[in-house]
Amino acid sequence: MGFHQFGQACLELLTLDDLPTLLIPGVNSKKHQMCFDWGPGEMLVCETSFNKKEKSEMVPSCPFIYIIRKDVDVYSQVLRKLFNESHGIFVGLQRIEEELTGKSRKSQLVRVSKNYRSVIRACMEEMHQVAIAAKDPASGRQFSSQVSILSAMELIWNLCEILFIEVAPAGPLLLHLLDWVRLHVCEVDSLSADVLGSENPSKHESFWNLVTILVLQGRLDEARQMLSKEADTSPASAGMCRIMGELMRTMPILSPGNTQTLTELELKWQHWHEECERYLQDCTFASNPHLESLCKIMLGDEAALLEQKELLSNWYHFLVTRLLYSNPTVKPIDLQYYAQSSLDLFLGGESSPEPLDNILMAAFEFDIHQVIKECSIALSNWWFVAHLTDLLDHCKLLQSHNLYFGSNMREFLLLEYASGLFAHPSLWQLGVDYFDYCPELGRVSLELHIERIPLNTEQKALKVLRICEQRQMTEQVRSICKILAMKAVRNNRLGSALSWSIRAKDAAFATLVSDRFLRDYCERGCFSDLDLIDNLGPAMMLSDRLTFLGKYREFHRVYGEKRFADAASLLLSLMTSQIAPRSFWMTLLTDALPLLEQKQVIFSAEQTYELMQCLEDLTSGKPVHGGSDTQQCQDDDIETTKVEMLRLALARNLARAIVREGSLEGS
Amino acid sequence: MEEIYAKFVSQKISKTRWRPLPPGSLQTAETFATGSWDNEENYVALWSIGDFGNLDSDGGFEGDHQLLCDIRHHGDIMDLQFFDQERIVTASSTGCVTVFLHHPNNQTLSVNQQWTTAHYHTGPGSPSYSSAPCTGIVCNNPEIVTVGEDGRINLFRADHKEAVRTIDNADSSTLHAVTFLRTPEILTVNSIGQLKIWDFRQQGNEPSQILSLTGDRVPLHCVDRHPNQQHVVATGGQDGMLSIWDVRQGTMPVSLLKAHEAEMWEVHFHPSNPDHLFTCSEDGSLWHWDASTDVPEKSLLFHQGGRTSAFLSHSISNQANVHQSVISSWLSTDPAKDRIEITSLLPSRTLSVNSLDVLGPCLVCGTDAEAIYVTRHLFS
Repeated sequence: MGFHQFGQACLELLTLDDLPTLLIPGVNSKKHQMCFDWGPGEMLVCETSFNKKEKSEMVPSCPFIYIIRKDVDVYSQVLRKLFNESHGIFVGLQRIEEELTGKSRKSQLVRVSKNYRSVIRACMEEMHQVAIAAKDPASGRQFSSQVSILSAMELIWNLCEILFIEVAPAGPLLLHLLDWVRLHVCEVDSLSADVLGSENPSKHESFWNLVTILVLQGRLDEARQMLSKEADTSPASAGMCRIMGELMRTMPILSPGNTQTLTELELKWQHWHEECERYLQDCTFASNPHLESLCKIMLGDEAALLEQKELLSNWYHFLVTRLLYSNPTVKPIDLQYYAQSSLDLFLGGESSPEPLDNILMAAFEFDIHQVIKECSIALSNWWFVAHLTDLLDHCKLLQSHNLYFGSNMREFLLLEYASGLFAHPSLWQLGVDYFDYCPELGRVSLELHIERIPLNTEQKALKVLRICEQRQMTEQVRSICKILAMKAVRNNRLGSALSWSIRAKDAAFATLVSDRFLRDYCERGCFSDLDLIDNLGPAMMLSDRLTFLGKYREFHRVYGEKRFADAASLLLSLMTSQIAPRSFWMTLLTDALPLLEQKQVIFSAEQTYELMQCLEDLTSGKPVHGGSDTQQCQDDDIETTKVEMLRLALARNLARAIVREGSLEGS
Repeated sequence: MEEIYAKFVSQKISKTRWRPLPPGSLQTAETFATGSWDNEENYVALWSIGDFGNLDSDGGFEGDHQLLCDIRHHGDIMDLQFFDQERIVTASSTGCVTVFLHHPNNQTLSVNQQWTTAHYHTGPGSPSYSSAPCTGIVCNNPEIVTVGEDGRINLFRADHKEAVRTIDNADSSTLHAVTFLRTPEILTVNSIGQLKIWDFRQQGNEPSQILSLTGDRVPLHCVDRHPNQQHVVATGGQDGMLSIWDVRQGTMPVSLLKAHEAEMWEVHFHPSNPDHLFTCSEDGSLWHWDASTDVPEKSLLFHQGGRTSAFLSHSISNQANVHQSVISSWLSTDPAKDRIEITSLLPSRTLSVNSLDVLGPCLVCGTDAEAIYVTRHLFS
């Protein structure tokens, strides 16, 4: 079941022997040395080719790399519902306003706790259904064990709710504990249905068992009704049953709406107790061992109670029943004494306490940290401890406890849980909110995890981006956009690539993509992705090259619209303002050719001088090629022809411009 | 909105769609399909909200929608549409378009037809073949139109093995959604805020019309056409804005309504009651927009959990002269009438609501929190 206990080692240094070992099937660590590497939620393990013994006999090694998952429960289909549903409750709890104080705050927190428990219960019920429907016995067993784990979680949570959140005082405390026991020892309901459904209930073989359980659980009204059935059928014991029924009816209990004080209750209870005692002394029930045993139970007689071990099924039931009939107004502070002795009496030295017993005992001792520690060791997931600790922290019960590493315990456990979610291929979105509510290390953890999410579609990338942008994680936004832009370039989707680099405000990459656009233009003689380039808007300013791309495209558009004068000045400004890269000047000058050849004069004399200047700058800077490559020679020839044609066109245009400008001035 | 039922299904839901009712049917919707995404294994599933003899007595939370059948789907389900009563078309993140057939007799789904390389960056057959996610589908029996991250538009016919028509490089950016305008015209939205209208009668790779949001080039994620007035189109964008367009005039939206706080993933006019519109968003909200004229004392109000607060809207009244006998309430530009009542349908904020669908009084939506919400009493 994973090795999450390694994380536990941080809470308390354990000796090596305490660490549970996990055997990886197929790997032989005796013969080969192992190597491993930690991941955020997983560990990679494989055999190396090094033999442990000096003798280099060739033993075939295991060819696999194993991924060891830290938190296996994250992968359960049913538990996913628990994670998702409790996520909503968790976020709601973090938003409970701090100003809320006193009663309203407490009732809110109790409500939250109950919501968590109802989610656990729903999950447990579904797991139970799955276990029943399981096709093979092995998986059936596995689901059943999950059911018992969930059941234990709910049991612990409920007790913590009573003791730490509700903080029930003497009196109501026992009522809560009774409810707790009734909720978790619930076989009685099916037994009751069974007995009442039979022809003659009082002759049913489990009749007295049922009555005893009802008394053990303090359900005296129901027990009374049962006894009346017995009275009806056997007149001999009718009198005894009536007396017992009367004792049950008159037992003083604290009712929520009642205004009586604890002292009043204690007095009444004492009186009632003495009455029971009297009946026992008088041997009123001597002829009916069942009724006599019931009477002893109601007197809180430990021996009589322990005789019902089977029906009590566990020590905490024993504890609550014992308190009910011997000390109903037990104070919270005295609980641990009763709990310890009940545990000892119930186990009777025959068996040692199990982890669950230790956890409950720690709760009765009001040792929250011990509860959390024991739970962390015993349970195979972080969900329980993370959520319980967070809730208790909201009850302001954990402030004093700081760990000597990282942050406080609440944050430590939440981080562990959220990391587990991030290791899962789908649950990472839930993890984000948990990191958000870890003030100290949440942000860095999120930054580390979010970059590692595989982005197979743009839609998923957008979701990740939204998470980063909402949290002003500019570095991550940039890197995600860059990944997407790179991907788009690789797929020859230049428009997409440009969009992503604009979103990331990544000037360098925008320049790179713009160059690709220009190169494609030079090769094909036309632009692709006009829908984007024509609509760049202010984004054009991101990089010089992008500005040039946009402006150059604008030149083509203006030219296409036959606005030659505008086109000409735009073209010239691209060169004189140095926006156009040098390598592109020849293309620009060639683009000027048709404008120079138009019937009317488009470039003024001054503009023509500037064009000539550009051409000379370009040609003078050119190194002389020494190569004798024929291809090179041909290229050079074309280049030379081009330059000569340009020179000629420029000269002619200059002549026409001077004449025209001269005549305009003259007129 | 009292009765909205949630069910957690252990997979992130990317799409939810009601099965269409047979023409002339008086039944209410009772079957819907869902698609999942971002799972190790993704599924197309069919669910029923029909009565199962009240399996559960306490409030009926359990058993309100039951799984009928499901089938593995290769890749994330990016879009899902009913082709007809029995057939479902899905778009996959692997670029594959699949038609699934539902067999009601034994409640199973099977693959009926598949175009595996509908969307790709570098062509099939080339060694560097790389697929591109298919992002949107629209069906109009017998035609299926698909769009993808590769900027390609495909026109398939259910009975043809090959695409009937393909427009390569239809868009330089990612196409996010597609809808039929009037046959044979389709309308696409892309990631740089443009709407393009394509006419399959025309040859060539150029759209017949481009409309766009000005300035910021905010990506558009969803589009829906008014069921009766084919020139009225609603789109939702990355900034959560709802835009209403009249494709007959202008190249800009008629109105821009500030809506959600993050990407609007879907927008749907109510098919038979188009004064009602529904939107859902990455911010985890699901809204019902009511622009009907018969709402007493109308004002632009935002209801949530009984509280009412004023809700701001920025409406651009740039096309004031729509001379029509019937003016859609969505194009109304009279400030006094330009009021829409908005209701939030989900009880509490959750993770992204990825998809929704409405049919009659029924609504279904699916979330990244792995829950499917259903209500059968939309207008009560």
